[in-house]
Amino acid sequence: MLQTVIQLSYLAATVLFILSLYWMNDPKDARKGVAAGVAAMSLAIVATWIQPGIVHHLWIILAIAAGAAVGYPLSRVSLTAVPQRTALSHAFGGLAAGLVGMAKFYLWYYEPGELTSFRAFALVAEVILGFLTLTGSLMAAGKLQGISWIPQRPVTYPYQNVSNIGLLALTILLGLGIVVWPESTFALFAFPLIVVLALAFGVLLIIPIGGADMPTVISILNSYAGLSAVAMGFVLDNKLLITAGALDGSSGLILSIIMCKAMNRSFTNVLFGGFGQVQATAASGEQKAYKEESIEGAAMVLEQAQLVVIVPGYGMAVAQAQHRVREFYDQLKKRGINVKFAIHPVAGRMPGHMNVLLAEAEIPYTDLVEADEINGDMPQCDVCLVIGANDVVNPAARTDKASPIYGMPIINADKAKTVYAIKRSKAPGFAGIDNELYFGDSTYMLFGDAKAVMGELVKQLSGASGH
Amino acid sequence: MPFRRILCSLALVAGTPLVAHAADPAHAQTAVDYWSLLFVFVLSSFIGIGAIGRVSRLLHTPLMSLTNAISAIAVVGAIIVTGSNYPTPIRILGAIALFASTTNIVSGFLITDRMLKMFKTGGAK
Repeated sequence: MLQTVIQLSYLAATVLFILSLYWMNDPKDARKGVAAGVAAMSLAIVATWIQPGIVHHLWIILAIAAGAAVGYPLSRVSLTAVPQRTALSHAFGGLAAGLVGMAKFYLWYYEPGELTSFRAFALVAEVILGFLTLTGSLMAAGKLQGISWIPQRPVTYPYQNVSNIGLLALTILLGLGIVVWPESTFALFAFPLIVVLALAFGVLLIIPIGGADMPTVISILNSYAGLSAVAMGFVLDNKLLITAGALDGSSGLILSIIMCKAMNRSFTNVLFGGFGQVQATAASGEQKAYKEESIEGAAMVLEQAQLVVIVPGYGMAVAQAQHRVREFYDQLKKRGINVKFAIHPVAGRMPGHMNVLLAEAEIPYTDLVEADEINGDMPQCDVCLVIGANDVVNPAARTDKASPIYGMPIINADKAKTVYAIKRSKAPGFAGIDNELYFGDSTYMLFGDAKAVMGELVKQLSGASGH
Repeated sequence: MPFRRILCSLALVAGTPLVAHAADPAHAQTAVDYWSLLFVFVLSSFIGIGAIGRVSRLLHTPLMSLTNAISAIAVVGAIIVTGSNYPTPIRILGAIALFASTTNIVSGFLITDRMLKMFKTGGAK
């Protein structure tokens, strides 16, 4: 009877998890999706807790209380810190899977007949995925947070790919050894070694990756965190773990495919491409001259515009300029100017990063347009305002076959009648590539912090309307 | 209609082990039915791919934090390891895992909801 109740609860939880993802189709239904997810998770927890084998209730209560105490503040971080928080939670997910795998290994190892080859296989997969996700995500979170002792720029060294792949091959080989001889002394020594190697591999996998590739990397780590839960399901013979883990795994997979397509790169290229090396030579061209524009001049042109397209990028997030952008948007709207935001899939540091920041500033999501939808309208666009975006508007992606970003779908900002680009400094962007857009005939630069420049523009526009 | 598709897939997922057990009752108690686990994995991956492919690009960040909370289903394994009558060192590993998963559940669902609340249409201002 109790088993029936438990299995039915797990089944109900599965349905709710799937519905939760379906409701994410549309911003109108999406909050129902969260409610369904919470209900599913609560069912799963209760159904597990009431099993007769569970006797140490105090331990469970204390661990859950501690988790909730840490989890709550993590949910209140500013939205510019969401990429870091996401990476950190992937790390927690990997840690949980890895630790449960370890616990089960030692439990079964010392009980004869328990550690079958199948269980060993699932355990090895769980532990490798879990621990590499842990350190990989911690590195990614550290890079995103800008922690000083973690290098921001991609770190590359000779034979990097060969040694990384060799390390992974060694880990898998040891794992296969455990699968073949699960109850041998070899397994007892190889298992902790696998843990250490997986931890090291996670670090080595992320250090050659730069900030511009973070959206893809976060998605891949998301997928790994899900797959480690799937492996745990195989270990524990639990279908709910497998379904929920597979949902997460496929979500990460789809997101990483979308990110890769948006950059015209393959998985292997992101993970093993060494994006940092190519541009060192590409950037050493002759210095071209920027044309600068004053705030007053830009405001006057903006007032005369009919269609203004704003292209936000990571620079807007760093400067926390989204609320100034909102005031700017209001000023233009008040004059009856059509304003659209062109959102490139890889703008920012995680999928959908810009959308969330602009939504926080209460800009209606109906005015956020995808890159391929806006490109047809760009020739009619009077002013294109680029706020801290760089590679996603670089026309070299269309024209320059030698450029490392050649072939990447971009927002055709250069087709607009006038382009204003807000840029913090005259240095090249994250990928280290010169951006031809900035030297175009109709492009004028507004140098300065995105928040400060937007504030000045708003002041100018509101002052003018006051007269 | 997506719901009908979900229900069909679920019937398959839930039905496979039942059919397998009915056909071979002697098998039911002896071993873990690996094949049905694998079926569940493959089918639910396809359900996931079908569902995620339709999610609006606007919502990719909340989607990621939501699936993050969902993958904290590892909490099930953590509760079993923490609460069962296992040696203390094993249960300590479980308790840390339980702590980590609960962190993800609480922060994942809360921040997803917080972000989704912000998505408004022009009319709803």
